[in-house]
Amino acid sequence: MKVGENTFRSRMRGVTDGAVTGLAMLATALVVLPLVLIFVYVVYKGASSLNLAFFTMVPKPPGELGGGMANAILGSAILLGLGSLIGVPVGIAGGIYLAEFGRGTKLANAIRFTADVLNGIPSIVMGIAIYSLIVIPQHHFSAFAGGVALGIMMIPTITRTTEEMLLMVPHAVREAALGLGVPNWRSVLSITLKTASPGIITGCMLAFSRVAGETAPLLFTALGNQFWSTSLNEPIAALPLQIYVYALSPYDDWHRMAWAGSLVLIALIVLAVSLVRYVTSRGVLKGAS
Amino acid sequence: MGVGIEVINLNAWYATNHTLQDINLNIPANHATALIGPSGCGKSTFVRCLNRMHETNPIARVTGTVRIGDLDIYQDAKPVQIRRRVGMVFQRPNPFPTMSIYDNVASGLKLNGYSNRRVLDEIVERSLKNSALWDEVKDDLRKKSGASLSGGQQQRLCIARALAVDPEVLLMDEPASALDPVSTAKIEDLIFELKSQYTIVIVTHNMQQAARVAEKTGFFLNGRMVEFDSTHKIFTNPSDKRTEDYITGRFG
Repeated sequence: MKVGENTFRSRMRGVTDGAVTGLAMLATALVVLPLVLIFVYVVYKGASSLNLAFFTMVPKPPGELGGGMANAILGSAILLGLGSLIGVPVGIAGGIYLAEFGRGTKLANAIRFTADVLNGIPSIVMGIAIYSLIVIPQHHFSAFAGGVALGIMMIPTITRTTEEMLLMVPHAVREAALGLGVPNWRSVLSITLKTASPGIITGCMLAFSRVAGETAPLLFTALGNQFWSTSLNEPIAALPLQIYVYALSPYDDWHRMAWAGSLVLIALIVLAVSLVRYVTSRGVLKGAS
Repeated sequence: MGVGIEVINLNAWYATNHTLQDINLNIPANHATALIGPSGCGKSTFVRCLNRMHETNPIARVTGTVRIGDLDIYQDAKPVQIRRRVGMVFQRPNPFPTMSIYDNVASGLKLNGYSNRRVLDEIVERSLKNSALWDEVKDDLRKKSGASLSGGQQQRLCIARALAVDPEVLLMDEPASALDPVSTAKIEDLIFELKSQYTIVIVTHNMQQAARVAEKTGFFLNGRMVEFDSTHKIFTNPSDKRTEDYITGRFG
């Protein structure tokens, strides 16, 4: 029998191939569908309440129409900025330790275990922990406490992805650096970390997007604020908090604002992630993997 | 200029596995020396002991004396200092994937703190010319990643990178085993060129290659050096029966 002959078996191969491809496509559709549905629904509900005032004004008291969420947008930016300032360096440094310096040690195993547990802790617990550690001693809610809560929530995700990505850097690349007489610490920072950076950035973005939508850890820390505030020492507004308060309110007008807030939150996350991706991909050379 | 290497009673272990046993030899300066032997005989471990790369593996251990020029590398110096004097080219081309061709060549200097742009430009050009790659890459030095080159070009890039730190000795661990015949011939020509300026130690599985490029050849078997002599003598009239069996293809 010749190869490629149109037998029953070769026809069956075609059928199996088509069936498996079809199943894979169906699975993809099932994954993407909810995402698309949510997005379309949020746009449908929220787009009509979006206007310039939404981005420039602070909320009005109940009963008065209009107003916006400018303070919440700024508040979210401040909280996420502070959170990233804490979470990204600590997370990456932890990942470097796990992958490069502490491999196989008891301390590294303990850190890895702690990170995994921390990753699974409900975010409301994080809120209460920061409440008792920062808010109670200071006797007031603050943007600082909220930023710390978000930052700590980012750490385990970033640490573990950094570790995984560093371990994926081929041994040959490390050897090349050591073979040139480059000290180990320099090789880790300039070669291994740089080679792993696309993956590490993805990890940071993942952690960022996750905490950007967090409400629970902010309830007892940043608290929320109906007025314009940029101080780290004052309670501060945040989009998820504002959405939470508005969605629970009895006013139709506030419900619409909550939908608009949701849309803006999603859009801003997508924007931030795309921006970071664009900026970090500009330096990549032709042919680099 | 290259310097000679003197190895006295070198022993090496991976955990409890005694991979090198009582190696003694003198590698002449400004010549190419080939090391041959079946897989697992310890020849790669041996060259990795010459620039203290062996000990980067936490389970590895070394005893004995290695003198490079008049420097006793296990007594008088730190590993990083030795590795700047003893360059290494690995079996698989391993350019830094995130760096441009230029940065790959300059990496050894840049990462050790040199930053004079004019000097770097000069060294990069000279190293790429010495590794016979300049004409193929001179237009994309900064635009293309080192990883975008072909396998043979990548290996010559790695040679340029090793040459850029101006070593006295160049260790090559099967530098052509992952390359096609044309690229292999280029690497061999290159070794021929370079050995007037550097002391070259090349590990190879390819006996014709040893015969083509090296003046001296050492035959390793089961962690011991069976014979070390002029390449001509090893391939035409070896003193040891085991060497003869190996080069005539009776085993290995």
